[in-house]
Amino acid sequence: MSWLEKIVPSSVRSADGTRNSKVPEGLWKKCTKCDAVLYRPELEKYLDVCPKCDHHMRIGARRRLDIFLDKDGREELATDVLPVDRLKFKDVKKYKDRITTAQKTTGEKEALIAMKGTLKGLPIVSSAFEFAFHGGSMGYAVGERFTRAAQVALEERIPYVCFSATGGARMQEALISLMQMAKTSAVIERMKMEGIPFVSIMTDPVYGGVSASLALLGDINAAEPGARAGFAGPAIIEQTIRQKLPKGFQRSEFLLEHGAIDLIIHRKEMRDRVASLLAKLTNQPAP
Amino acid sequence: MNLNYLNFEQPIAILEGKIEELQLVGTDNDLNISDEIERLREKSVKLTEGIYSNLSPWQVVQVARHPQRPYTADYIPRLFDDWDELHGDRHFGDDKAIIAGIGRLDGRSVMVIGEEKGRSVKDKVYRNFGMPKPEGYRKALRLMEMAERFKLPVLTLIDTPGAYPGIDSEERGISESIAQNLAVMSRLRTPIICTVIGEGSSGGALAIGVGDHLNMLQYSTYFVISPEGCANIIWKTVDKAPLAAEAMGVTSTILEELGIIDETIEEPLGGAHRDMDAMAAKLKERLSAQLDELTSQDIDSLLAKRYQRLMSYGNPA
Repeated sequence: MSWLEKIVPSSVRSADGTRNSKVPEGLWKKCTKCDAVLYRPELEKYLDVCPKCDHHMRIGARRRLDIFLDKDGREELATDVLPVDRLKFKDVKKYKDRITTAQKTTGEKEALIAMKGTLKGLPIVSSAFEFAFHGGSMGYAVGERFTRAAQVALEERIPYVCFSATGGARMQEALISLMQMAKTSAVIERMKMEGIPFVSIMTDPVYGGVSASLALLGDINAAEPGARAGFAGPAIIEQTIRQKLPKGFQRSEFLLEHGAIDLIIHRKEMRDRVASLLAKLTNQPAP
Repeated sequence: MNLNYLNFEQPIAILEGKIEELQLVGTDNDLNISDEIERLREKSVKLTEGIYSNLSPWQVVQVARHPQRPYTADYIPRLFDDWDELHGDRHFGDDKAIIAGIGRLDGRSVMVIGEEKGRSVKDKVYRNFGMPKPEGYRKALRLMEMAERFKLPVLTLIDTPGAYPGIDSEERGISESIAQNLAVMSRLRTPIICTVIGEGSSGGALAIGVGDHLNMLQYSTYFVISPEGCANIIWKTVDKAPLAAEAMGVTSTILEELGIIDETIEEPLGGAHRDMDAMAAKLKERLSAQLDELTSQDIDSLLAKRYQRLMSYGNPA
């Protein structure tokens, strides 16, 4: 480390702007934005939103659905859909091994979890991306699970709510991943034709192929506060245009301002607001 | 080094250079020289056949991006009669990276939408190097919906390094514009034929790439991320792009095996740029035959097939 780096505070030093939040695992967790040291049980009560700065921290797919759906009557869908390595893709590591690692670290089989359940009594289908699983990337299994969930919504004529958190299409499945964009978009279009509501909630981050397909196709598009979403990542854009990006670029507030989303929903209001929207869309009494 | 030839084609360039030299010398009808020219020509053809029969995926990518490769603007006058270009998305502007319009293919009216990279430096800037912005995809959408109303088949020509990654693109909703096209193309009530003529890069290509019949020209390429982009992520250097191209399977051969595309259209020896007219004639013949086949089908069963195919993408064999 040079003398210059030494005198710069550590929070400024890290190149990507993310702060070093390595606090020993256990009872305490540091807010990834304001560095406040938070008592874990209390943080969980706040649904992993920092009580000091309101930063919405990333949460896993299973927890996401757990805090969204009613406790009773949940059924996980499409669990038999597993990753497939059609190309026998290999770079510095085998794709197969990358999958195994992701499965071990997350305890999930793929980067999307789908469930049938109820939201404040309204029967719905809901799915969530697991960002910790291979960057929440969409390959065959994610596309297929999303599509099967949509098909359940179509068959039972109930709304579908999807929480996305993803880096985009999964490189290791190449064109098969690209085609999942077409597949998921087609099934959403089918829902539109049938008058089945699809609500897309973007949570930090949503980029690339998922952004350019299912995430922007909601009857209602919403995002959590401060979530970043866009087609191309900031680094790619900066490289292309050779300019610094404006502050707040691609954050949910930017998306709202530019007409890409209908509303921003705080995590603690997610259940109430989505239930209320769905009840109105389907002309049912307030839940 | 001859810049009209790619790196791996330089042995062909040397031979062709010799032939040219001999032609200049041989003005006095010297029999020996014309024999020699004939011999070198045969050798050059054999050499080209040899090199092209065994191209690596990375070499195919280079042919697909060859600076002389025929573009949409080259195909349009060769494929269609009675051509009228149509402009604008009716909301924001007219994107020059997408050329669209109506013309006739063997007498039949068709809606044509193609991505255009531009040939000269000035033209490339005018065409934004073939990188469409939201208004380009929305122009395409507007014209596809018009084609549906007038029951005109839609033909798309795909050739782009990707949708434009810029601030204005994001502000105007590039993601939504691509997504919307995917959704609408899945149910557009008119036959759609998509052809990758050069470089099919990711969502920017797919945004005009959903249809009933998908073609790739023999040395075109189609990928979810450019080999350079992939190499940058995995190896942290673009120098490994050849490895990335290998790993991702970016050629028509592999994509046909995976059932993603329907047909590979053969190119002239040494690539489409060696004989643009022959390439266009071949493409015209195939498009015409495919249109005959698709328009003879009942539209509802065509749409059912299109949808089933979309649903089947990636299913384990």
